Amino acid sequence: MSALLPPSERIWGNAPLDKVEGTWIAIALVWCLFMFFMMPYWHVFGKQNYSGEAYRTTPAAYSAKVEAMVEAHTVRKETDQQIPVVRPPAGSDVYLAGRLWSWYPALELEKGQTYRLHISSLDWQHGFSLQPLNVNVQVVPGYEMVLTITPDKSGEYTIICNEYCGVLHHAMMGKIYVVDR
Amino acid sequence: MSELFRTCPRSGLVFHKPAETLIKLNAVTAVVFLAVGGILGLLVVMTRWPAVHLLSSELFYQVLTGHGIIMLLVWIIFFEIAILYFCSSTLLRSRLATPRWAWLAYALMLGGAAITGVAILQGGSSVMMTSYVPMPAAPHFYLGLILFAVGALIGCFVFLGTLVVAKNERTYEGSIPLVTFGALTACIIAIFTIASGAIILIPTFLWSVGYISEIDPLMYRVIWWGMGHSSQQINVSAHVSVWYAIAAIVFGARPMSERVSRTAFLLYIAFLQLASAHHILVDPGVGTEWKIFNTSYAMYLAVLASMVHGLTVPGAIEVAQREKGYTNGMFEWLRKAPWGNPVFSGMFISLVGFGFLGGITGVVMGTEQINLIIHNTIYVPGHFHPTVVLGTTLAFMALTYFLVPVLFRRELFLPGWAKWQPYVFGFGTALMSLFMMGAGTLGVARRHWDMAFSGAPFSFEFGGAAYMMMGLTGIFGVVSVIGGAMFVIVVVGSLVLGKKIEDKSEYTTTRPAILPLGPAAPAHHGKGFVAPGTFVLALVFLATFVVYYFLNWMYLSSVWPMN
Ligand code: HEM
Ligand SMILES: [Cu+2]
Ligand SMILES: [Cu+2]
Repeated sequence: MSALLPPSERIWGNAPLDKVEGTWIAIALVWCLFMFFMMPYWHVFGKQNYSGEAYRTTPAAYSAKVEAMVEAHTVRKETDQQIPVVRPPAGSDVYLAGRLWSWYPALELEKGQTYRLHISSLDWQHGFSLQPLNVNVQVVPGYEMVLTITPDKSGEYTIICNEYCGVLHHAMMGKIYVVDR
Repeated sequence: MSELFRTCPRSGLVFHKPAETLIKLNAVTAVVFLAVGGILGLLVVMTRWPAVHLLSSELFYQVLTGHGIIMLLVWIIFFEIAILYFCSSTLLRSRLATPRWAWLAYALMLGGAAITGVAILQGGSSVMMTSYVPMPAAPHFYLGLILFAVGALIGCFVFLGTLVVAKNERTYEGSIPLVTFGALTACIIAIFTIASGAIILIPTFLWSVGYISEIDPLMYRVIWWGMGHSSQQINVSAHVSVWYAIAAIVFGARPMSERVSRTAFLLYIAFLQLASAHHILVDPGVGTEWKIFNTSYAMYLAVLASMVHGLTVPGAIEVAQREKGYTNGMFEWLRKAPWGNPVFSGMFISLVGFGFLGGITGVVMGTEQINLIIHNTIYVPGHFHPTVVLGTTLAFMALTYFLVPVLFRRELFLPGWAKWQPYVFGFGTALMSLFMMGAGTLGVARRHWDMAFSGAPFSFEFGGAAYMMMGLTGIFGVVSVIGGAMFVIVVVGSLVLGKKIEDKSEYTTTRPAILPLGPAAPAHHGKGFVAPGTFVLALVFLATFVVYYFLNWMYLSSVWPMN
């Protein structure tokens, strides 16, 4: 029962180390170090990273930027709620707002072009979850995060919300249409 | 002042009367909350099962908030307080320091849990256990949590006080036993945790009553996870201690090396509590270097610690079994283990489930970039049910089977049920979790009432595979709840209807004899591997880990380039 009793070696730091344990610790350590280097490696050589680019903002300031973009680049309206679909110029800054309970506005992007996608919330926290790709980031009010994205396949993508934000959380949905040039 | 002690004739454990009462009380309270949380879990999983979709949206979020808080905080922490008293007073044969404060701790925890519970029941506080600002809950929701935390903190100090008493009154010599050492680790992390909790919950409470105008939501997340993550380290330290204790109780196993096991516990203190960053990997404005430092340096050294315990616990069992003559082949020691004894089977399923399902997935999703394809999907509960349910909860259940005769002096009621319970509960939970992970990989969100998005302006359909996975989550969730119910029935049944054990075990005022030292380790070191079977199992674990790790990088590399 000795895990329940004081160790016979009075100074446990001197207890012997068994070969099985020693070998396993060495293997496990190497694996942990490997996993450690994988992250910086991917920052340099991998294509999917979030670099942490973000700015402080306020709902009012952010909302103004979104509206300016909607004003300038709306190409059509969809659904009976007349949700604007915005086609910003290739390479430009794109502003997406999460709010109770919608992603605003809908976007139309060109395949193969790179955009700076800004995301923020106008009220509570939300979860940007792009389907069916399954890319997920946290959306926090007061912070404007910038993801530089290059959609590489055309098609219809859906943004759902995966941070709980109230009773209609499940109905919060937006769209990104990726079109060929 | 005369102190009353009794010696349990079966186990040789010595109980100080006030400690015994408090251990019983905290453990029973824990089990009652487990039952309530389990009923809520059933409602949650029956709602996420698309073909059943039981509750309304509002009710679902309310019930889910209750499930998270009651399970993760109330059930687990009440039981941990019982473990702390057991590991100090009982294992060290010492009187419990300041039983009155321990009663106060109990009252605060119970009162706090009740207040938060009422807030959730009233409906205005369906904010999930994370209660991210600025989504508001009723002030008494936070107040209850604060009181609960203060109570738990007092419990931690009673534990520390008891260690001091034991040392001063020389109830043992040398160092404290390994299991008590593990409990001490848990206690130290708990104190840190509660401090973080106070730093964030007190201002949040003041905000909810209007004294503070704003709480920065990102700061909230960083500090909240300082508490939320490290509280999981408490659980890990506690359940690893329970594994060691059960290996000793069932097999008489001695730790392979005190030095290795204790150092591994110390690594938890040094590193795991820093790893909170892996909850905010895809948050805005958190620097990359910090994330990498936090997830790799800090988390991986703690992962290393768990990998070490994962080897040394079964290794100790293997050594003990081989000494008893089960030396044929690699695995006779394991085949001949008492699989019909729920104390052992519960512990072993806990160990395997925690390592293979909880551990591997935790590291994978805690990798900075991979988190992009997992964050907030139902993969996340698919990861932590193996850690807190298979790992912590099942380990505590296994220990309870040992405590019923020893502490409550009752034979197990329905021993046949007890024998099967760890398998039903383990199997149900493991499969439920696996299917949640599968569905999460396909994009299904956590904390989400309707995967068909009724009422949304646009439409989006998950594929048939995602629906099937959520259906299977539902089915195995029900199996898991049945396993949980079997536990509650066996334990409550034993306390009420179990045959009284009439062994002679009277309270006396004589001080118990000083705790003897553990037996010295025999000198078999240096003659090759003492636990080859365990080593093979560890290599299987590593191979699974490596394959799964790269699989996820592969998934990641297939999504849109972004940075
Ligand atoms: C008894 C069987 C159980 C079942 C069937 C079950 C089922 C579930 C399901 C399906 C979810 C995810 C819901 C969602 O995100 O939409 C969930 C969440 C959760 N469960 Fe369980 N669970 C069980 C036991 C436990 C236990 C024993 C614990 C803790 C020790 C636990 C802790 C949690 C926590 C903390 C959450 C997250 C709540 C949140 O997102 O705020 N569960 N459970
Ligand atoms: Cu939302
Ligand atoms: Cu939401």
